[in-house]
Amino acid sequence: MGVIYLDHLSGTPLHPRVKEAMIHHINTVYGNPVSDHQVGQQASQALDQARSQVAALINADPGEIVFESGGTESVNHAIKGVAIGMREKGRHLITTNIEHKSVLNALRTLRLLDYTVTSLDVDSYGLVDPAAVEAAITPDTILISVMLANNEIGTLEPVAEIAKIAKKHKVVCHTDAVDAVGVIPVDIRELGVDLLSLAANQFYGPPGVGALYVRKGTRIWPLMDGGMQENKRRAGTENLIGIVGMGMAAEMAKAEMPERLPRLRALRDKLRDGLVAGIPEIVINGHPTQCLPHLVSVSLKYVEGESVMLMLDEEGVAAATRSACASGSLRASHVLISTGMDFATAQGTLLFSLGRDTTDADVDRVIKVLPPIVQTLRDMSPLYKKGHAG
Amino acid sequence: MYSSIVMDHFKNPRNVGEIENADGIGEVGNPVCGDMMNVFIKVENDKIADIKFKTFGCGAAIAVSSMLTELAKGKTLDAAMKITNQDVADALGGLPQNKLHCSNLGADALHAAIKNYLDRKSGKIKDLQKDREEHIGGREAQACYCPYCSKQVEEESPFCIFCGSDIPHEHDH
Repeated sequence: MGVIYLDHLSGTPLHPRVKEAMIHHINTVYGNPVSDHQVGQQASQALDQARSQVAALINADPGEIVFESGGTESVNHAIKGVAIGMREKGRHLITTNIEHKSVLNALRTLRLLDYTVTSLDVDSYGLVDPAAVEAAITPDTILISVMLANNEIGTLEPVAEIAKIAKKHKVVCHTDAVDAVGVIPVDIRELGVDLLSLAANQFYGPPGVGALYVRKGTRIWPLMDGGMQENKRRAGTENLIGIVGMGMAAEMAKAEMPERLPRLRALRDKLRDGLVAGIPEIVINGHPTQCLPHLVSVSLKYVEGESVMLMLDEEGVAAATRSACASGSLRASHVLISTGMDFATAQGTLLFSLGRDTTDADVDRVIKVLPPIVQTLRDMSPLYKKGHAG
Repeated sequence: MYSSIVMDHFKNPRNVGEIENADGIGEVGNPVCGDMMNVFIKVENDKIADIKFKTFGCGAAIAVSSMLTELAKGKTLDAAMKITNQDVADALGGLPQNKLHCSNLGADALHAAIKNYLDRKSGKIKDLQKDREEHIGGREAQACYCPYCSKQVEEESPFCIFCGSDIPHEHDH
């Protein structure tokens, strides 16, 4: 039996059509898009096509898409690019306590450069209050960055509402939409943000390629300095093989989304309900309805996530954990702690992210193998008896 | 990422459980840090006649607990006190760099259990709950400071921007 891969938030396998497109590109194109000869122009056309495909996925103009080396670079570019581009206006930025590390650490760098940051609390579902965002705005504020979908609990933030507030106060609005774009419908016109980060490996494109949507007129300085590529926004010869793959992945995501979504939701519901029915003292993380369609995030009391993940791996099930022990950081997930979860419970967190290849049988298997694993580890845990006694 | 010995002890841990009326109990770590270990010993003729453990933690922490009990079983208390965290890690065929702290729990828990036994013998009673609270309380430092120049630095900084020193993180070494 093959591996049951339920870690699509860490990266998706390539869509067969993406593989085809990339291989075809490798076999036929080798020029540099900046060259004016025919070989270069062939590359330039491939780049244009991919740009149009990615733009269509989020209802943007192709000219508003800047290719980047992935979600992390896209986020860094948005935050640091606005900080530099808007520094004459102000030096204050607003974000939430549950952002991805690329946001948190880009802001860490800006603090060193004497920018100030307000990081907002979230509620127990991980939702930020738009009124709190508005209250945090000062005359010095230049950027609000709030993620669209949280990567650990799947909660969808009220980004459209926040973008309206930002617009009213003439503050630039960025959203890290890496875990949402290509999974759920994202329309840049409806969302109203100025900047949006996305990554190909969340929707069956290759890793190492992403994009930043930049609304026309947004003052954003390049992160990567050099030549004139990407309309002077991101210097360096493009990763065209990856970009071609991302373009096709975007086209497939748009085309297949109407069938992917209900399938994923049904499988997600089945997995969530099956785990709740089979495992006592399990916490379902995130908002019950305002959430990603393909993620089940659970916290299992009295056990530590990595040991559960390892035992699942032995059973041929690949899931992700957010325990401090596995992530290389001593602290439990900052996201779960921000929602008010206690440290011990947060340590027992597992993420199952489903994909287009996930089947009913895969979900049945997880529902079958996980409960005895959890029981074995609970029987080994000094917290288990204490939890019951207390 | 783990050696085959670690995986074996993780999948088939030896001496899991508790000893009723144990002669000594050692508890180290806490859930805030991600792992916690209880060691129970039965002592006869100054030797560890029986030993069991309960552990909340990652794969390495469970394997360390299991290996520790194997190393300690049958040893005299003196010999058991000489078991080091390094001995446990070595017996497991090594641990990944970022998991070495897990092995620190093992020998510490054993030594705590032996100390608990000796204290009880001399009439002292250990207050486990108090120890635990102190341990957790000590972890809650909110800000991150450079250990060399004491200036406040950003969390997870690779080095101190004031004095240039590398900043070690608990999981790094």
